[in-house]
Amino acid sequence: MIARLLAHRGNALWIAALVHRLSGLALAAFLPLHFLTLGLAIDGEAKLDGMLRWSEQPLVKLAETVLVFLLAIHLLGGLRLLVLENLAWLDGQKRLALIALAAAMIVAFLFLARVF
Amino acid sequence: MTETLQVSLWRGGRDGRYVGYEVPMRANQTVLDVVTWVQRHLDPTLAYRFACRVGMCGSCAMTVNGRPRWTCRTHVSKVAAKGRITIGPLQNLPVIKDLATDMQPFFEKWQAAKGAFAPSRTRNDEVAHIKPGDAARKTADAGIECINCAVCYAACDTVRWNADYLGPAALNRAWTLVNDERDAGNAARLAAVAANGGCHACHSHQSCQEHCPVALNPTASIAGLKRRTLQAYLKGEIKP
Amino acid sequence: MNVRLYVWQRTTAAIMAPLVLVHLAVIFYAMRKGLAAADILARTRGSVAWAAFYGLFVAAVSIHAPIGLRTIMTEWTPLRVRYCDIVAVAFGLLLFGLGLRAVAAVVLP
Repeated sequence: MIARLLAHRGNALWIAALVHRLSGLALAAFLPLHFLTLGLAIDGEAKLDGMLRWSEQPLVKLAETVLVFLLAIHLLGGLRLLVLENLAWLDGQKRLALIALAAAMIVAFLFLARVF
Repeated sequence: MTETLQVSLWRGGRDGRYVGYEVPMRANQTVLDVVTWVQRHLDPTLAYRFACRVGMCGSCAMTVNGRPRWTCRTHVSKVAAKGRITIGPLQNLPVIKDLATDMQPFFEKWQAAKGAFAPSRTRNDEVAHIKPGDAARKTADAGIECINCAVCYAACDTVRWNADYLGPAALNRAWTLVNDERDAGNAARLAAVAANGGCHACHSHQSCQEHCPVALNPTASIAGLKRRTLQAYLKGEIKP
Repeated sequence: MNVRLYVWQRTTAAIMAPLVLVHLAVIFYAMRKGLAAADILARTRGSVAWAAFYGLFVAAVSIHAPIGLRTIMTEWTPLRVRYCDIVAVAFGLLLFGLGLRAVAAVVLP
């Protein structure tokens, strides 16, 4: 039943749009927390340092990796859209979307490698 | 003993249900053949639409195993995995009965997008000279073969999610007219497609292009409209 | 979504594209150097350049994110458009307020 509903949505660009939307939503949810964390510096480094030490935990580092991935994929997907909407039509949008995904994964992997 | 197909057909209006039928399998059978067989041999009350049955008119568009397609151009062998097919009316449109939908909202949006030619000359003027190789004419020609079958409209999730969205077919037609040198209605047309539910609501899923039986690309047309309306807006020609 | 919202959303997106790249580079740099809070703050405190950079980033995201959120709310929730507008504006103000506070926290000497 679900398979039938999703049948005509297997199209790679539909998935790309969904990833773009969900990554934007996740980033939007993350931002207020990010700003509050940085705001800890108002009272001096101590609190911010405490926060940065808390974020040394492996699960937090993993979450940060995911965030870096989301930021990269949202940026690259967005760039693909800006090109699609403002320059002459390019065939091969599916390929571009896959390249964006691959690049975002590489960036996230590089982050993961460095953060651990 | 001929093999049979297990066919699930939508019966009733919006609050209907799928009903199962057994249809003999044949070589070179289309989904339209299947529906017709049910209506002729099993249940004459089945309502469905078709006309040319040769892939020219678009009347037979239905949802086959979740995808909108022309049933006269869909071979059963291509879609009947394990001998089962599910056929329903086109999505995103009100159901009249069984497999027939009300196309009125589709055409109302066509009008709302100013998808009609607005003449700039009369019969007393000289015929316009348009070279087929002109850039604008080629752009218009790329989208002109639309026969309003509503497959793209049924495939589009933005249509499903946004009741105001004019949809790929209407916007594609608007784009062909924007590129028609003889047309005089661009001021109103650009304003119409720049409003809520216009071209800017498109998320470029390209489901329209993926499903269009005539291989049109409404996503590209809509991208063109985004560029034109952006220019017009920045120049102060449209005020939303 | 109409042409006005579209222009604001795409323009802030275009503005943020290079800002995001720089931000990612900053993150990678800080990680490579193993910078602690004090080190980072020593570099940002009193810096007009970082104030301008992140100030612009905050302003742009405070416009960009709410418009995206509004689209998601109008398409995926049964809420009325008027309500979605209000929630979007409120979220934008929240981001702007918290964002400027965060920028102030790291650049004010």
